[in-house]
Amino acid sequence: MTATAESEVGKARLRKEDARLITGQTRWTDNLQLTGMLHMAVLRSPVAHARITNVDVSRATAMPGVALVLTGEDFAAEQGSLPCAWPITEDMKSPAAPAIAVDQVNFAGEAVAVVIADSAYHAADALEAIDVDYEDLPVVLDMEEALRDNDLVHPDLGTNKCATWVFDSAEAGSGTNVEDEIAAAEVVLERTFKQQRLIPAFMEPRSVVVDVTAGMYTVWSATQIPHILRWMLSAVTGISEHKLRVIAPDVGGGFGGKLQVTPEELLCLLIARRMGRPVKWTESRTESMLSAHHGRDQIQKITMAARRDGTVTGLKVELLADMGAYLRLVTPGVPILGAFMFNSIYKFAGYRFVCTNVFTNKVPTDAYRGAGRPEATFAIERMMDELAVELGMEPMKLREMNWIKHEEFPFTTVAGLTYDSGNYEAATARAMELFGYDELREEQARRRAGGDVVQLGIGISTYTEMCGLAPSRVLGALRYGAGGWETASIRMLPTGKVEVITGTSPHGQGHETVWSQIVADRLGVPFEDVEVLHGDTATSHKGMDSYGSRSLAVGGTALVHAADKVLAKAKTLAAHMMECDEADVEFASGSFSVRGTSTARTLGDVVLAAHVAHDLPEGMEPGMDADATFDPDNFSYPHGTHLCATEVDTETGLVKISRYVAVDDVGTVVNPLIVDGQVHGGLAQGIAQALYEEATHDEMGTLTTATFADYLVPSAADLPAFLTDRTTTPATSNPLGAKGVGEAGTIASTPAVVNAVLDAVRHLGVRDIDMPMSPERVWTALQGREDTGAGEVAAGGLGSIDAQGGQA
Amino acid sequence: MIPADFRYLFPSSVDEAVRMLAEEGEDAKIIAGGQSLVPVLRMRLAAPTALIDIGGLTELTGVRDDGDSLLIGAMTTHYEVQRDHLVQDHALLLRLVTDTIADPQIRHRGTFGGSLCHADPAGDLLAPALALDAVMIIAGPGGRREVPAAEFFVDYFTTALAPDEILIDVRVPKYTGWRAHYEKLNRVAQAWSIVAVAATVQVRDGVISAARVGLTNVGSGPVRAVDVEAALVGQPTSAISEAARLASSGDGYKDNLARVLTGRALTAAVG
Ligand SMILES: Cc1cc2nc3c(=O)[nH]c(=O)nc-3n(C[C@H](O)[C@H](O)[C@H](O)COP(=O)(O)OP(=O)(O)OC[C@H]3O[C@@H](n4cnc5c(N)ncnc54)[C@H](O)[C@@H]3O)c2cc1C
Repeated sequence: MTATAESEVGKARLRKEDARLITGQTRWTDNLQLTGMLHMAVLRSPVAHARITNVDVSRATAMPGVALVLTGEDFAAEQGSLPCAWPITEDMKSPAAPAIAVDQVNFAGEAVAVVIADSAYHAADALEAIDVDYEDLPVVLDMEEALRDNDLVHPDLGTNKCATWVFDSAEAGSGTNVEDEIAAAEVVLERTFKQQRLIPAFMEPRSVVVDVTAGMYTVWSATQIPHILRWMLSAVTGISEHKLRVIAPDVGGGFGGKLQVTPEELLCLLIARRMGRPVKWTESRTESMLSAHHGRDQIQKITMAARRDGTVTGLKVELLADMGAYLRLVTPGVPILGAFMFNSIYKFAGYRFVCTNVFTNKVPTDAYRGAGRPEATFAIERMMDELAVELGMEPMKLREMNWIKHEEFPFTTVAGLTYDSGNYEAATARAMELFGYDELREEQARRRAGGDVVQLGIGISTYTEMCGLAPSRVLGALRYGAGGWETASIRMLPTGKVEVITGTSPHGQGHETVWSQIVADRLGVPFEDVEVLHGDTATSHKGMDSYGSRSLAVGGTALVHAADKVLAKAKTLAAHMMECDEADVEFASGSFSVRGTSTARTLGDVVLAAHVAHDLPEGMEPGMDADATFDPDNFSYPHGTHLCATEVDTETGLVKISRYVAVDDVGTVVNPLIVDGQVHGGLAQGIAQALYEEATHDEMGTLTTATFADYLVPSAADLPAFLTDRTTTPATSNPLGAKGVGEAGTIASTPAVVNAVLDAVRHLGVRDIDMPMSPERVWTALQGREDTGAGEVAAGGLGSIDAQGGQA
Repeated sequence: MIPADFRYLFPSSVDEAVRMLAEEGEDAKIIAGGQSLVPVLRMRLAAPTALIDIGGLTELTGVRDDGDSLLIGAMTTHYEVQRDHLVQDHALLLRLVTDTIADPQIRHRGTFGGSLCHADPAGDLLAPALALDAVMIIAGPGGRREVPAAEFFVDYFTTALAPDEILIDVRVPKYTGWRAHYEKLNRVAQAWSIVAVAATVQVRDGVISAARVGLTNVGSGPVRAVDVEAALVGQPTSAISEAARLASSGDGYKDNLARVLTGRALTAAVG
């Protein structure tokens, strides 16, 4: 393909969208003000499991500014059940999921009543005047205990077991029987790891506005998925899909946390329908932490079979995954996404994955950056280190012995995926060089020998992930409810400017910049001449939205195909205009010319000719627009090597990351600045899981980390300077060669940090430390004491005040 | 943020503020920098009927030289304390402690007096106020009174202030030429201390002639490590590690931190 003189692809452009976002010249959902708009506030259950015996709204109804107070009873007939699009097995247990509890609450934070008032202040005031009587039910929090079925989250289901999903390489024909491998192994390692609960912690709280005018419903929402939301809201409410328009205006982050059809979206829609007036709801941070879905929360039992020379022969994965109290949009499928990734970059003969999904009285889990793949990467990278320790081998050498060599691609793994390309040797060599691996090992030996207070540890994480979600037929085989294609349209305007419409839904990633670069390159138009429209189902009529590092690999490819359609038609018209044979027309730098002559027409000339349509070739339609939809036939497989050095203060337990190197191979890079940004943010979130973040509950099921004072999100001040670099092995499954970079940093970094901390203190007798590796946990492990699981003694911005109202 | 309804009052003198407090009754609250009170309001953990904003009382800001001591106005912001030359020269410990409080935005709003009145045991200014023998100067309906730090901090979030009283000044004796260090352990930059130790020492010819050591967040209020102080007087600096063990006798994590951080604070101070 020809391009402009200076290629746009590969250019580190500043982001188009930043000026308006940074200066506040944008519209977040909460900024919308509609005439006659009412405000909804939600009363949430303070208890995790109880029958609602009475709700008295009489005092609240009489409060100033209150228009209406509604309870679950008031919605019972019309609210239906919130959708779960991923019934992973035929016999999966799926409880009814009301947007607002009717007679029973199943997690603390579940909606029990709503106030609709003339201001957000009046609505919040009236919440305090609603009296609810609860009759406590036994609270189920621990997954292993839940599986005993003594107390049930949903008595009508008869069990707390939601589903069991199995992949077995012997049954699938992709490998041997793992039990045979274990029986024959020279070394068998068994370890259990805990993936703590995490909170997505997007910056913009969720917000919804619903307007109904002349039978047309418009829903503005801070969502990642306007298209899926429209479909699902229509399905749940019975409002015809063509009478529903969903708009995701600028959205301030999601990380999977806004890949959801939320109770509040449904409630606002039902209330607007009932009252015929616009309704707004915007959550507080604490509400967000209590009621928006959480991520992770697995117990991973891993068995690894190996030979003494370091060859891994089998891997058995037995997971318990906490669903929380209900199945939200893709709740049950998240751990299943990990099924294909536990074998990672390695060649194992036998593999078996068994995941048991469990109900508890906690807020539902669902997608969170990486969704299933960070959990898998963590487990396998921890196991590779455990095996290296067991065998007394160098951990990188052990990995290299087992990984797929670059000349072996394409490679079909024991989990049945075909990795199209990769070069683990190249990424690792670059990372080792940047890191100064050998010098750090020497430094580590010196500190050990000297018995230094601050010990040094080195952690490795070599990873791959499956991105570019997803080939539709694969999703079908996994019983997912939708396809994985993506769509794009190009509208060539008569003045030569270009409108691009994408079915992806950016919420901070910078698609407007990258999509403009792709089109500028392809069509030879200036970057500034391209406008990217997204997130409004009225302009972007179809799409599968943004998650799973899919937007560039799938949506970007649709865009390339649309641009190629524009060029193909323009070429035919250019030949007609220049009265030559189409085969003699060349396209370069935005201009068509007749080979070997000076005759030329710019793309702009051709677009105008198509628009006025005075003289078109026989049968050609006026205009120069094009649509394309792309359904990938494989995932893409970013990979890389991350190396982390940590300093562990053995007297206080404090961990500091002293060096972090990330060499990622995300295929062809369109905008290196944006890729670096994605990697940096991803690293911050992965490191946060290792060291800082954890959603905890007390024995009553109350979330004890419901503010940023208790739920510790690190800032730039807490993170090291990242050394990042790339190797480039283009994906072969799309014309851009792009693999996706949204989740790589998060997936890779957690085990690198944890491996490093353990490497620093293993010689002092420490075998494992749960995440997050807080100073107290590290110190406790160094004392050889049991981790009592006691919460943290430290707090954030509230000091010793706890959000539940008492003192810590 | 969506707090409960309140009335907002803006007095123009200390006397007017005291009068307003008396008139509004027990449910009124002083608001200084708002960096502790506003989060409490936003979560509706408190719903004062009136907020009396003392941000307009310029006589409460700034640091004055008062002979043997400094007078620090209650409304002096953390940022102002950090940059004040009198504090730098005569109460270095306070500057070093203030450097570690929260982040620059919060240090521009939060006040010296507000931190002391809020009396969160994890607050960083309590232990140094205690260790430095600071004295609180308080205005109330009956006039002015003085309360030493050792009597001012009563319990978690509780001081000797009556509901109708206002802290106006803090008298801090001069520690001219004393060396100092604040050793703070926290998990992320914006988080409060797990434990921290404030130490200031006077060293003459290699011998410690006087020492003050205060511990942050080891109890329901600040704790002065009097045994450590006593063990250091008249000793060479090499006595620090032995003396630091006296900071706590328990075997919990915080006890360990008290000992370790006391050793580090003193070592850094004399170094
Ligand atoms: C994210 C965050 C992190 C923080 N981290 C730290 C930290 O690491 N270390 C630390 O020490 N602090 C920290 N703080 C708190 C900060 O130092 C506050 O400035 C301080 O706690 C309160 O001071 P203020 O002026 O904001 O008081 P306000 O919030 O206005 O008032 C606090 C309380 O004191 C009362 N009060 C205030 N002034 C007077 C007065 N003159 N007379 C009588 N009563 C009065 C008020 O009525 C109220 O009850 C943090 C705060 C935040 C938001």
